[in-house]
Amino acid sequence: MKKKRLIPVLLLKNGYLVQSKSFKFYQNLGNPVQAVKRLSQWGSDELIYLDISKGSNYDIERDDLKYKNSSNFLSIIKKVSEVTFMPITVGGKISNLFDAEKRLEIGADKISINTAALENPNFIKSLAKEFGSQCIVISIDIKLIDNKYRIFSHGGSKETDYDLEEWIDILEQHGAGEVLINSINRDGSGTGYDLNLLNIVSKKAKIPVIACGGVGKWEHFHEALSETRVDAVAAANIFHYVDQSVYLSKKYLYEKKLNIRKPDLIEI
Amino acid sequence: MTKICILDYGSGNVGSVNNLIKYLNYECIVSNDIKEIENSSHIILPGVGAFGAAMQKIKKNIPIDTLKNEILIKKKPFLGICVGMQVLADKGEEFGEHDGLGWIKGKVIKLNSRILPHIGWNDIIIKNNSAIFNGLDKHRDFYFVNSFHFDVQEKNLIIAETEYDQNFCSAVQKGNIIGVQFHPEKSQKTGQILIKNFLNLK
Repeated sequence: MKKKRLIPVLLLKNGYLVQSKSFKFYQNLGNPVQAVKRLSQWGSDELIYLDISKGSNYDIERDDLKYKNSSNFLSIIKKVSEVTFMPITVGGKISNLFDAEKRLEIGADKISINTAALENPNFIKSLAKEFGSQCIVISIDIKLIDNKYRIFSHGGSKETDYDLEEWIDILEQHGAGEVLINSINRDGSGTGYDLNLLNIVSKKAKIPVIACGGVGKWEHFHEALSETRVDAVAAANIFHYVDQSVYLSKKYLYEKKLNIRKPDLIEI
Repeated sequence: MTKICILDYGSGNVGSVNNLIKYLNYECIVSNDIKEIENSSHIILPGVGAFGAAMQKIKKNIPIDTLKNEILIKKKPFLGICVGMQVLADKGEEFGEHDGLGWIKGKVIKLNSRILPHIGWNDIIIKNNSAIFNGLDKHRDFYFVNSFHFDVQEKNLIIAETEYDQNFCSAVQKGNIIGVQFHPEKSQKTGQILIKNFLNLK
């Protein structure tokens, strides 16, 4: 039987691994290539890398952090793909076919698109035609305002006119392979996923749904996997703070009899 | 001596397969060159994307007569991964009907499942024993990404099946020709065991 997936998200700002809260506050969490080795050993099912740098300036040769920072996002992805043997999704700053091709060439298995798809849904179609639906993840940033789920573009800063269920229909029709649901309200809150939101989306979607935003304890993974139809649970902050996080969370879920891959610490 | 040739017809995950084989310390080359294919001991055809597009690129970029001679006549171990497995079929139905290599009888058709693509870790149910499954007693989960599956005509060639709202063929073997629907290069330890087993085939 197909297993539900546990996916650590790595947010990279100017080449550094960071934490986010309500899409706003960032704190440096260290070297992204070291992080991926840990996440591999702990048995992650796949990884999502999002480049959230503003602008294109990566020049931050700081010596005070005691490790050499690999400042270019793509060179980080290339290094990561050489040391880890699991699927990698890469998102952020993809606005044309060339951007997508570059990322797939250096080792990404899938690409995640957000703003560019909202601005031009036909972009999804051309991506699917060129690279196949299986590698197109559409990421949606959602904020609950006055009891209505609104879709935001540009890293959560700009509200769009799309209705949530309407947008799911459109992205499926245009050939998206998966959808990643981010709750802006819950981002970094540690208060759990927005289960109502996940229920709406996972009942509607005919492609796999990945939940993201709000995990503060292992129980939150359990809630989403047992109370909604999502195919995967993703989280950022919690996986980077706790030692053996992925292994421990999988162990928790496995003991609760959830359908996940058996927890294992992998020697690499 | 084991010398692997990974065929590169411009479809996706050649790099990941190459990374894994290097990591396992085997000599490996990514090439479509006739000489390299002839000099190799094992041949791998990776793949992602759609059947028709893959076949078109294979016909354009790979010397098929050389490949046939090395695999069908000289019987070198061959591994097709994902679409690289599907093209072994006579025909594929993704985006219209297309001819495959026709080395194993059958057709590639759409999965009958509620949620597609089938993405993630799923286990294989071994139907016929094969040396490529050696040591896979504990680890049976592989990473899949597919909406289509190979409906193999001669059922005795199916060496493993996988369940996703329906059972489908996840590994097929006809002598030295092996095809797997999953991605061993993305399946961590389980994938490494399977690839090692394949490279140990003579």
